[in-house]
Amino acid sequence: MTESAETQQHPVAGNRFVAIWTSVIGKKVVMAVTGAVLILFVIAHMVGNLKIFSGQEEINAYSRFLREVGWPELGYGQLLWLVRIVLLVCAVLHITAAVQLTRMNWRALPVGYENRKDVETTWGAVTMRWGGLLLAVFIVFHLLHFTGGLVGFQSGQFEHLMVYQNVVAGFSVLPISLFYIVAMGALCLHLDHGIWSMFQTLGWVTVQNTKSIRTFSRLVAIIIFVGFISVPISVLAGWLR
Amino acid sequence: MNLTLKIWRQQNAKASGAFVTYQVQGVTPDMSFLEMLDLLNENLQAKAEPPVAFEHDCREGICGACGFLINGVAHGGRRGTTVCQLSMRFFKDGDSVTLEPWRARAFPVLRDLAVDRSPFDRIIQAGGFITAPTGGAPEANNILVPKDSAETAFDAAACIGCGACVAACPNAAAMLFTAAKVTHLNSLPQGQPQRDRRTLSMVAAMTNEIFGSCTNHGECEAVCPKKIPIEFIGKMNRDLIHATLHHRGD
Ligand code: HEM
Ligand code: FES
Repeated sequence: MTESAETQQHPVAGNRFVAIWTSVIGKKVVMAVTGAVLILFVIAHMVGNLKIFSGQEEINAYSRFLREVGWPELGYGQLLWLVRIVLLVCAVLHITAAVQLTRMNWRALPVGYENRKDVETTWGAVTMRWGGLLLAVFIVFHLLHFTGGLVGFQSGQFEHLMVYQNVVAGFSVLPISLFYIVAMGALCLHLDHGIWSMFQTLGWVTVQNTKSIRTFSRLVAIIIFVGFISVPISVLAGWLR
Repeated sequence: MNLTLKIWRQQNAKASGAFVTYQVQGVTPDMSFLEMLDLLNENLQAKAEPPVAFEHDCREGICGACGFLINGVAHGGRRGTTVCQLSMRFFKDGDSVTLEPWRARAFPVLRDLAVDRSPFDRIIQAGGFITAPTGGAPEANNILVPKDSAETAFDAAACIGCGACVAACPNAAAMLFTAAKVTHLNSLPQGQPQRDRRTLSMVAAMTNEIFGSCTNHGECEAVCPKKIPIEFIGKMNRDLIHATLHHRGD
């Protein structure tokens, strides 16, 4: 059951980066590395968001800081754009590898079982694909919403760099807050499986440490979830106004 | 006890199959699952009907010939147990039991519950060996094997190649099988000279046979009759990354 000559895998392809991308394991490694970059960003983002509890001044100053940092070596907003480009490249690679691997996996199992029971897997693991897709939709919405102010605001309500006011106004809309909370639930599930999976893909999981890595993965996922949803919940509850 | 069996029947690789329901009477708790099927086949042959084809050889859990899904779980769902070791005392009178062959594009059904597992042979041919000069047996202590390397290699070598990992995998991946074989030889000093090439070749062979790739669900480990841990997949991943980045070609 082998494929035609040009789709055959050769043990040693010429360029090593090409070799990584053409191997099924290599594609997972790309997903793990880009996933790790995205997670580090997500953690930093969450910690940044929590500044809203220190008050208006604090978070709005933080927003300006993100644009001014690096001065005078870097111009206004240059570092921010650099980070955005890295994140975009990571997201594109992550999603491309996910789609390609998923298609290969469907091809490997053309006839499903009449009845096959899962005995081991987790909620996180089985929702990676659909949950990931929801995250992609969320990311686009989120950028249009709080970065661009293009959706979810009445005209003139959104003001660039006025993070506190924008967040309170944005989350006062109940369906939008709920969407954020659901999306963070999806992120929590994605990371519960994803962080452990990343260590496994990179070969750092051993029989001895596997339990601790799973616990660590779950813990980080829950902390990220709670950290993010604390903001819309506080707005809905009227603690932030 | 009496059982109702719902079994996948398929004439040959090209025919389309279907489930057929049978009744077996007089099953005793001390029978093995395969002995219960032998009983069914005797009844079928007495009625001049074709017996249900299933693979078996050692009937003591060491050869890897047997295997199919029982009620949705490969080898029947008792940890560390092959179908041939599965005892009928785990079933009750009146139970209804579904038997389905391994399903994967790489494992086409040959007949009934028997599938073609020769892709595994080709993965082994790609690198599941060491190259050593022939001749008189060398002095056993010439190559010292550290205890933990020996243990890891032995745990990996326990794989009998039954294919349950592929069958249980939602992606029909052969990662656990390949990882066990790679880990076995890559852990030993005798396996070091060909380590990078072995890993690259076996993973390439696995991909070329149209197995899927791993999403770390752990279903394979759960049904493995030899309890091969999925951490060996992590070890193979690591060896593959190393080999891809450092292999010099030969
Ligand atoms: C945007 C759309 C996304 C899609 C479609 C997507 C899809 C996937 C899929 C299919 C997997 C492999 C599933 C598995 O191993 O079972 C995966 C793994 C992973 N994802 Fe995502 N994902 C997305 C976004 C994200 C984001 C935003 C992050 C980080 C915050 C992330 C972090 C990870 C990590 C760390 C892994 C584990 C990689 C590995 O298995 O080594 N993903 N993703
Ligand atoms: S018949 Fe040998 S392992 Fe079952």
